[in-house]
Amino acid sequence: MAANTQIVNATETDLRDIATDVVALAMKSGATAAEAIAREGTEFSTVVRLGQVETLKEAGSRGLGLRVFLGQRAASTYSSDFTRDGIDRLVKGALELAKVTSEDPCAGLPGPAQLGSIPGDLQLYFDDVYSLPAEGRIDYARRAERAALDVDPRLTNSEGGSFDASTGHKVLANSLGFVGESRSSYCSVAAIPIAQGGDGAMQRDFWFSVARTLGKLESPEAVGKEAARRTLRRLGARKVASNQVPVVLDPLVAGSILDNIFDAVNGNAVYRQSSFLAGKLGEKIAGNSVTLIDDGTMPGGFGTSPFDGEGVPSQRTLVIDKGVLKSYLLNSYAARKLGLTTTGNASRGLTGNPGIGSGNFFLQPGTRTREQIIGEIKNGFYVTEFLGFGVNLVTGDFSRGASGLWIENGTLTFPVEEVTVAGNLKDMLNNISEIGSDLEFRGSTACPTLRIEGMTIAGE
Amino acid sequence: MTDHQSLFFRKFGITPHDLQRYLSEALSAGGEYADLYFEYLTSTSISVDESMVKSATQGISAGCGVRVVAGERTGYAYTDDLAPEKILRAARTAALIARGPAQQPVQSLKESASHQLYQVSSPAADADVAAKLELVMRADQAARAYDPRIIQVQCGYVDELRQILVIGSDGTFASDVQPLARFAMTAIAKSGENSARGQSGGGGRVGIDFFQNEKTPEYFAKEAARQAIIQLDAREAPAGEMEVVLGPGWPGILLHEAIGHGLEADFNRKGTSAFTGMIGKRVASEKCTVVDNGTLPSRRGSINVDDEGSPTQNTVLIEKGILKGYLSDKLSAKLMGMADTGNGRRESYEHIPMPRMTNTYMLAGDDSPEDIIRSVQRGVYAVNFGGGQVDITNGKFVFSTSEAYMIENGKVTAPLKNCTLIGNGPVALTQVSMVGNDLQLDEGVGTCGKDGQSVPVGVGIPTLKLDRMTVGGTAR
Repeated sequence: MAANTQIVNATETDLRDIATDVVALAMKSGATAAEAIAREGTEFSTVVRLGQVETLKEAGSRGLGLRVFLGQRAASTYSSDFTRDGIDRLVKGALELAKVTSEDPCAGLPGPAQLGSIPGDLQLYFDDVYSLPAEGRIDYARRAERAALDVDPRLTNSEGGSFDASTGHKVLANSLGFVGESRSSYCSVAAIPIAQGGDGAMQRDFWFSVARTLGKLESPEAVGKEAARRTLRRLGARKVASNQVPVVLDPLVAGSILDNIFDAVNGNAVYRQSSFLAGKLGEKIAGNSVTLIDDGTMPGGFGTSPFDGEGVPSQRTLVIDKGVLKSYLLNSYAARKLGLTTTGNASRGLTGNPGIGSGNFFLQPGTRTREQIIGEIKNGFYVTEFLGFGVNLVTGDFSRGASGLWIENGTLTFPVEEVTVAGNLKDMLNNISEIGSDLEFRGSTACPTLRIEGMTIAGE
Repeated sequence: MTDHQSLFFRKFGITPHDLQRYLSEALSAGGEYADLYFEYLTSTSISVDESMVKSATQGISAGCGVRVVAGERTGYAYTDDLAPEKILRAARTAALIARGPAQQPVQSLKESASHQLYQVSSPAADADVAAKLELVMRADQAARAYDPRIIQVQCGYVDELRQILVIGSDGTFASDVQPLARFAMTAIAKSGENSARGQSGGGGRVGIDFFQNEKTPEYFAKEAARQAIIQLDAREAPAGEMEVVLGPGWPGILLHEAIGHGLEADFNRKGTSAFTGMIGKRVASEKCTVVDNGTLPSRRGSINVDDEGSPTQNTVLIEKGILKGYLSDKLSAKLMGMADTGNGRRESYEHIPMPRMTNTYMLAGDDSPEDIIRSVQRGVYAVNFGGGQVDITNGKFVFSTSEAYMIENGKVTAPLKNCTLIGNGPVALTQVSMVGNDLQLDEGVGTCGKDGQSVPVGVGIPTLKLDRMTVGGTAR
C-alpha cells in the first residue's frame, strides 16, 4: 500500500526552494512576516572496543522550521515532513498558534539593513570527511584505542575508540528577502581508556581531536597516547583536606568557565536580570589581563558561520577588553530589549524563537607556558576535570566537583579526586592571576591555562 | 489491532508483510537479532517571559530506526522518511554490522504484554492551546503576587504524545502511546544588590487536567517564588565533611547518581563500572532498600513497555544494603545471561537503545523526619537540588543544592548558597544512618542524560541522614 501523499525527496530537492516556498506560503496565508529554515544532514559514527567493532551508525535526516508573525505576535512550528501536505500543515499550524500568543512590542525580524551573509569561502565544509571507506573509518577508531592501550599494562579496559563524521546543509529564508545557505562538516576521533591501579580502583579519562576536514584531524595514535597519559596520571587519586590554595585550570576545564561567562553575557539572561553581569556594561569586571573575544568570522572555526540564526552576518565582538565589560552577545530581540544593536549571535534550531549562541569564544592568551605557571606555585591544585552543574548565574555562585593533581613546590605530585572547588564567578574573574600561552581550539570555546586565586577546596 | 498500532499502518501505509521484509533485509548479512522502532511524536511548548507569551511552538517528528545485533556488535541506521525504500535502505545499512549469509529467521510476531500506566482520559496534546496558555499566565501572575521582590518570572509548559511501534525478529510486537507533560518555572527575586533564583516544576504521564486540578500553576509559582525569596538571605555554605540530611523527594537524585548509573548492565558487562562484580556485596547500610520501578501509574519515569518492546518492571537494586541486581536491556541480558529488566530505552528513533533508569527510589524506613534533624549537631539539611553527574568508573558523583540550610544543635537555621555535594557511589550509602518514614517521589521534572541521549526519569527518597559527606561550600 502506498502512502497517499507525494514524497518530495529533500536530498534531491533544493533546500533553497523549500525554504523560500514556505516563507511565500506563510505570507500568502496571512503572516505579516515569516522566516523558515530547511536543513538536512548526515551522520556516521563507530565505536571500537577492545579491538572489536561495538557500534556502527549511519543515517541522514532533515527538518523544516517556520516562525511567523501576525503583527507583534509570534509562533513557530517544525516538522520533518517535506510533502506538500506537510508544508501546508506547518504553515497553517503556525498561523493558528500566532493568534493566541501575546503582543510583544519587541517581537520581529532584524531590520532589513542588518541582514546579510559573509561572502567567500569560510572553509566550513570539506567533503573529505566521508572520503574514507567504512573500513578506513573503523580503522581510525581502532588505532586510537590501540594506541592508548599499548602505552601501559595498567590500561586494562576501555570504553573504546571512536570515529565520527557529519555534514550539514541549511538554508535560512525570510520575508524581507534574505536567503542564506551554508554547509558544514566535522570529523572527530577519540579514545576513552580505563586504567586499574594496584588497589583495584579504576580510572578513566579521554582525549579527542576534531576538525572540519580529515586532513586536519590529529593522528589516532596521538589522540590515543594523550588519552592514556591523562588516564594513567589519575591512578591512586585521593582526597585532600579542605583548603584555600591557588587553583590552576587545565585548558579544557578553563573553557567550561568561559562557557559560564558566555551564559552571563548572553543578552537573554541580561534583559531578564538573571545574570550577575546584568547592568555592568562599561564596568571593570575582571583583571587587566582579561580580554575576551567572540568571533564568528574566523575561517574554518568551529563557531564560524556566514550568517546567524536570523540572517545577520556573523561578526567579531570584543566582549571584555582589559577587564572592562564592553559588549553583551545579542540577537535582534535582546538588542531591542536592551536598546542595543544585534551582535549577530542569534542561534536557531528548528523550533521556537531564536536563542543566542557564541561564535568562536576565546580568552586572549598570555605569554607564559603551563609549566611556568605551575612552576611558581608552592602549594596548589591543578584541576583537570569538573563534575556536575553547580553554577548559579543569577548570583555567580560556583561550586563543582573536581579532580586533578596536587601542586607542590612547582611540580605536579599526586592525583586528587572527590573534592569540590568553590567560589563566585564575580571574584573568579577578578582573581585570574595568570593566563597561559596555550590557546587551542577544540571546539567553539577555547581558553588557555588559567591560574585563579582565592577558591575554596572542600575535601576531608 | 488497537488504534495506535494502526497509526503506522494507516498513516504511513506500512503493512505486516512490509515489517517481515524489513526485518529479513536487516538480518540478510547474518545478524542474530534485528528490530524496528517506529516513532511518531507530536509536541507543544508554550512559554511566558515578562508576563508575555512570546513563544508557542508545535511540531511533529517521525521516523524509523533499524538495529541489527551480532554478538556484541550493533549496527544502526534510521530514516525520517517512512517510505518503504527508505526503511529498506536503513535495514540494509544496519545489516552490514554482520558478515555472512543470513542465519536467523524472523519469528512470527506476537503482541507483548503491557501495562496500563497512563490514566489519561484525553492526552494533554489534544487539549486546546488556549487552555495551556492560561496555565502559564496564571503561574506568572501567582509568582509575582507572592512577593514584590519577585522581579522576573519565566514559565514553560511542554507536552508531547509519543506513539511507538517496536517490531523484533524474536517475535516482539509492541506498541504504546506515551503522554508526557511538564510545567517548569523560574522566579528571580531582587532586594537591594542581592539577587536570587527559585525554580520549580512537575508533571508526568498526565493530561492537562492534572495541572488544572492536582498540581496547579499557583502551586508551582508559589514554590519557585518561595525559594527565590529564601535564597536572598542565603549565606556561604560550609566546606568539608559533615553530617548531611536530605529532604524527601527530588533529593533522591542521590540514588540516581551514586548507584543508579553504576548499576546499568552495559557498564557492568564491560567491567567499566565501580560496581562491577559487586552483586551480593554490601554497598549501603542495612536500612537501605532501593528499587527501580517503571510500573508506577502516571509517573514521569514510567512506561508501559520499554523502547525494545519489553514490559517495564519493579527491579530491586539494593535490599537491606546488599547489591541485588542490575538494570538491563535485551543486549546486556543476553550477553550476561541475566533476565531483561525492561530498561532498554532511547531518546528517539535516531538513537540506539541502552539500559536506563525509570523511577529510582528508596523505600521508607522508621525514623521520623523531626528525629533525624534533631540528631544532627552541625550539618547541612538539603531539601532541593539542581542537577547531578557521576563518573561511573571511579564512582565519584556530585549533585548540587538549590535549597539547603544549616542544622545547628538539632535545629534548622540559616539558608545556604547553592553548593555541590560530592561522594563515592559504592560507599556513600553505607553512611546512611537514619531513614525517614516519609518516602516521596519527585514532582516529575527529571531528565537523565547518558551518552548524549536524554530520557525522562523519576527519583525519590524518604528523609535520609548520611553521617558523612563532603559539602562544597566556601565558608571555613
